[in-house]
Amino acid sequence: MILTKTIPDFSLSPHVDQVGIEERASRFTKRSIKNETKLNGLMLALNMIDLTTLEGKDTEGKVKQLCYKAQHLHDSYPGLPTVAAICVYPSMVKTAKTALGNSGIKVASVATAFPSGQAPRDIKIRDTKYAVQNGADEVDMVISRGKFLEGEYNFVFDEIAAIKEACGEARLKVILETGELVTYDKVRKASDIAMYAGADFIKTSTGKISPAATMPVTLVMLEAIRDFYYKTGKKIAMKPAGGISKSKLALHYLVMLNETLGEGWMNNEWFRFGASSLANDILMQLMKLRTGVYQSPNYFSID
Amino acid sequence: MATTEKRLEVLKTYKIYIGGQFPRTESGRYYVATNSKKENLANVCLGSRKDFRDAVVAARNAFGGWSGRAAFNRGQILYRIAEMLEGRKTQFIDELIKQDATRTQAENEVNLCIDRLIYYSGWCDKFQQLFSSVNPVASSHFNFSVPEPTGVVAAIAPQGDSLLGLVSVIAPIIAGGNTCIVLASATKPLCAVTFAEVLNSSDLPGGVVNILTGKVAELVPYFADHMDVNATVFCEADAAIQKLIKEKSALNVKRVVLYDKVKWANASGQSPYFIMDLQEIKTTWHPIENIGGAKAGY
Repeated sequence: MILTKTIPDFSLSPHVDQVGIEERASRFTKRSIKNETKLNGLMLALNMIDLTTLEGKDTEGKVKQLCYKAQHLHDSYPGLPTVAAICVYPSMVKTAKTALGNSGIKVASVATAFPSGQAPRDIKIRDTKYAVQNGADEVDMVISRGKFLEGEYNFVFDEIAAIKEACGEARLKVILETGELVTYDKVRKASDIAMYAGADFIKTSTGKISPAATMPVTLVMLEAIRDFYYKTGKKIAMKPAGGISKSKLALHYLVMLNETLGEGWMNNEWFRFGASSLANDILMQLMKLRTGVYQSPNYFSID
Repeated sequence: MATTEKRLEVLKTYKIYIGGQFPRTESGRYYVATNSKKENLANVCLGSRKDFRDAVVAARNAFGGWSGRAAFNRGQILYRIAEMLEGRKTQFIDELIKQDATRTQAENEVNLCIDRLIYYSGWCDKFQQLFSSVNPVASSHFNFSVPEPTGVVAAIAPQGDSLLGLVSVIAPIIAGGNTCIVLASATKPLCAVTFAEVLNSSDLPGGVVNILTGKVAELVPYFADHMDVNATVFCEADAAIQKLIKEKSALNVKRVVLYDKVKWANASGQSPYFIMDLQEIKTTWHPIENIGGAKAGY
């Protein structure tokens, strides 16, 4: 096929200098972002959030409530953007889709036996198709980390390609679960595999494993996206998820995004935050900027 | 060859106390504390509003654990603070003397502080009985009212003395199960920082008491308008600042407590009413089968 000509040998994925990447990532936290720039940054970050609920105890009521929250983040602050998407389990896609109506907010669904990914391929494909048929605009799949760590890169590649096919029109986010991949080299390799296999997004984590998203890991993935873009001309989106709960950290990520991939990626088509508590922290910061008064979580809806 | 040079003294760095840690101020600023002889006593952190913000987060996080403890256990911890203070008495006396007190005054002040902590230690599990009530009601309910801590308290300690005012303000706040951020005396800050070290080594969970040093006029607006603070305590007679605190506190209906007429050195400087100033009264209606000869009311 055409692909095989462009698929590189993944064992030749570049190695990552651990000390260098951590040092570089820490530099992004030193930028001073104040006043209007901060306001714009916070608004942008808010607009990039995939508001997430992925718990065993999720109910339709909870999902509806979250969908309401997505559309009415804080009504006493007029002119706020909405979040980018709601991220739920496949069984909740229909509920979310109905609740969001034509608000323009996307529905993302995790699939492929999230979060472990330990299921046969046909079940993963059915899981994906179920989510898409119920109206999911985006599918968040997990890679088979066990197979990846065994060195079965072809297995992982084929699986991603098969799920991409099952997605149809829906955009595919590939979760690498970097907390289980151990080294930056493996993160880089997994990123390359995912992108060549057809991922629209690469995503750090499920949020169920600690550590989840960190700045160095995200930087490794952003650099992989950059190299892929130079080689193929194709843009891939990025989604750090898990552990980003403070506005300040979100702004650091935006700085890193801007300085690594540039302005073309600075919108919610190409960058997302997977988070549940980040939205409220950003809202509190926005209200602080607006009123000059430090805020309390008591005055913001939980979901 | 033996040297006869005089040894240089190792001076203490006076830092602020937030969440059980001793950071320097986020702002990197400092001021020089002096005494009446214009001697430089120490470089002290000039705290900023961001230090205060961080302290509120620490106090809020500590509130659940502290207010949820058995009242008796809070009493034990206050007693422990008194014990640790007793053990470091000489250090406090030295600092008070540096800050213009005579030896007798200094000894009296430290002794009074220790006694005051013991006093409030005793009250920890007793004021509830005194101020609770069972209320007679007309329906078939058991109706009772009990005091509960109001939450996070932002207090500006009496500016005139170094230790006694600070202890007299902090003790009733934490005895009642609140957590607090306290701004020490700007002119006499030494004992406040040393007292933080006492707190840190006396089983008091980090974040229950946070101590800042800095200027009252700069920080007072933030003490009064922070939405996550439930009460503000102010001990000076400055009418303009009192007005400012009252106005800004209205934003989230904070309790405002003014102690401008209290003489902390007197016996009137301690009482369970100081604890009650920072308590809310919760009333519970509990349905019961019947009262007296009445039939079931539910």
